[in-house]
Amino acid sequence: MTNALSRLLSTHDWLMADGATGTNLFNMGLSSGEAPEFWNADQPDNIRKLYQWAVDAGSDIFLTNSFGGNASRLKLHGAQGRVHELNRLAASLGREVADKAGRPVVVAGSVGPTGEIMAPMGTLTHAIAVEMFHEQAEGLKAGGADVLWVETISAAAEYQAAAEAAALAGMPWCGTMSFDTAGRTMMGVTSAAMVEMVEKLANPPLAFGANCGVGSSDLLRTVLGFAAQGSERPVIAKGNAGIPKYKDGAIHYDGTPALMADYAVLARDAGARIIGGCCGTMPEHLRAMRQALETRPKGPRPTLEAISAALGAFSSASDGTGDDSGAPKRERRRGR
Amino acid sequence: MAEDDIILSELSDDELVLQMHDDLYDGLKEEIEEGVGILLERGWTPYDVLTKALVAGMTIVGADFRDGILFVPEVLLAANAMKGGMFILKPLLAETGAPRMGKMVIGTVKGDIHDIGKNLVGMMMEGAGFEVLDLGINNSVEKYLAALESEQPDILGMSALLTTTMPYMKVVIDTLKEKGMREDYIVLVGGAPLNEEFSRAIGADAYCRDAAVAVETAKAFVARKHNQLGA
Repeated sequence: MTNALSRLLSTHDWLMADGATGTNLFNMGLSSGEAPEFWNADQPDNIRKLYQWAVDAGSDIFLTNSFGGNASRLKLHGAQGRVHELNRLAASLGREVADKAGRPVVVAGSVGPTGEIMAPMGTLTHAIAVEMFHEQAEGLKAGGADVLWVETISAAAEYQAAAEAAALAGMPWCGTMSFDTAGRTMMGVTSAAMVEMVEKLANPPLAFGANCGVGSSDLLRTVLGFAAQGSERPVIAKGNAGIPKYKDGAIHYDGTPALMADYAVLARDAGARIIGGCCGTMPEHLRAMRQALETRPKGPRPTLEAISAALGAFSSASDGTGDDSGAPKRERRRGR
Repeated sequence: MAEDDIILSELSDDELVLQMHDDLYDGLKEEIEEGVGILLERGWTPYDVLTKALVAGMTIVGADFRDGILFVPEVLLAANAMKGGMFILKPLLAETGAPRMGKMVIGTVKGDIHDIGKNLVGMMMEGAGFEVLDLGINNSVEKYLAALESEQPDILGMSALLTTTMPYMKVVIDTLKEKGMREDYIVLVGGAPLNEEFSRAIGADAYCRDAAVAVETAKAFVARKHNQLGA
């Protein structure tokens, strides 16, 4: 079965996704603490503008404003009853913009984490997680999203729940995790472990990968980790525009458009087929990335040294994969 | 695993305590509850059970988390096992007037709706024997102040994930200063975009990189505070 994304993937070596949602909305006056998803109903012109920026900057794929659109997140704003409505609006505004683009542009329905910790450590059961993701997926589908785009996931169990929800909704999907803790996700998943998990899914994603995390260097190390597993499945790289720095009482991401252009080319050379940005990535970054991807020839797979030389140092010495991952196992007194 | 089976009640005190450290490490709640019961039967004070068996065991877990050997899932299971033991000890500790580990009020600052990091810190602090009052997300300075006055904690913990919301921590600290309350509390801050430099700039006592560091830092500051009071 083909869909808008699989068709584009079959005819292009690489595709460009979009940049930041939150950073751009704050710049448009979203006040912090407010649920960005409310703007799908209250400020639809701003959301159209957000999507249009990505399209105008050359994105082949953009994500809908529905990252926190699951019942668990919306409940924090007393809006758990609006999941279907807010997701449907997020996608239908996207559909409007994409259909006027004059070229194929994929509307990817963003699905962020529930923010809950899954059982047995936490309270969120698999069944409830599937139900929450499914509810959101149905809203995005009703609004006309081409694919579901699950992102910033930390726990394998949550990723698996999202896969099931996509199957229930009958939607193709993509899914990325955030590797922000010494090369692993917060819940300890390595790049290699993610590949293994993805390939075992009954309903595997069209493409998988990494988003957010620490800086663009770490993200590319994770992409190299995916590539080392030899998976044929398209890899997604959506890294932050550098690292947030506190300066003169304000905070900004330190990644320049030129740096993100280097990042985009290195991501492609490292094996990513869908390349975009995450936090701090503005339209000017996307334009620079698009131009670099179109004009610079594909190079050999970069080494870790080449990545850190171009984009800055890694946040940790190892990413938890390979032979050097052998953190000493605790000496046990005896078995139980 | 018959040959490996360990009968906790047959172990000497020293062996049992070491075994409990292992069991905490493995997140075995029932075994921890059993071990706590045995030590109490043998006449241990609740405070000794807490500090020597449970807190000491969680310190090992915290160190391995800090060093990237354990990850959040294992730490949460350990904290959950610890909580099982604490549930038994808590009323006994109160009865015997044992010294408290300390109390923390924690919440995500106004404008910020991200709470997983804050939740982890709360769970780890409870795991380390602290009493924790969780104010949830999106807390105004008024809400923090009201909780500080009603709860009289040792520690105020503030969390922010967004670059747009971290500056609000300074608003809270500045208000504490204005009201002459700043020195009454240990103020710890955390959240992905923060760093040591930021925490100094806004006048917090410390920045805690992760939940394990938060526990270590809290213990160190509470010990210092008690020493000052004793001096």
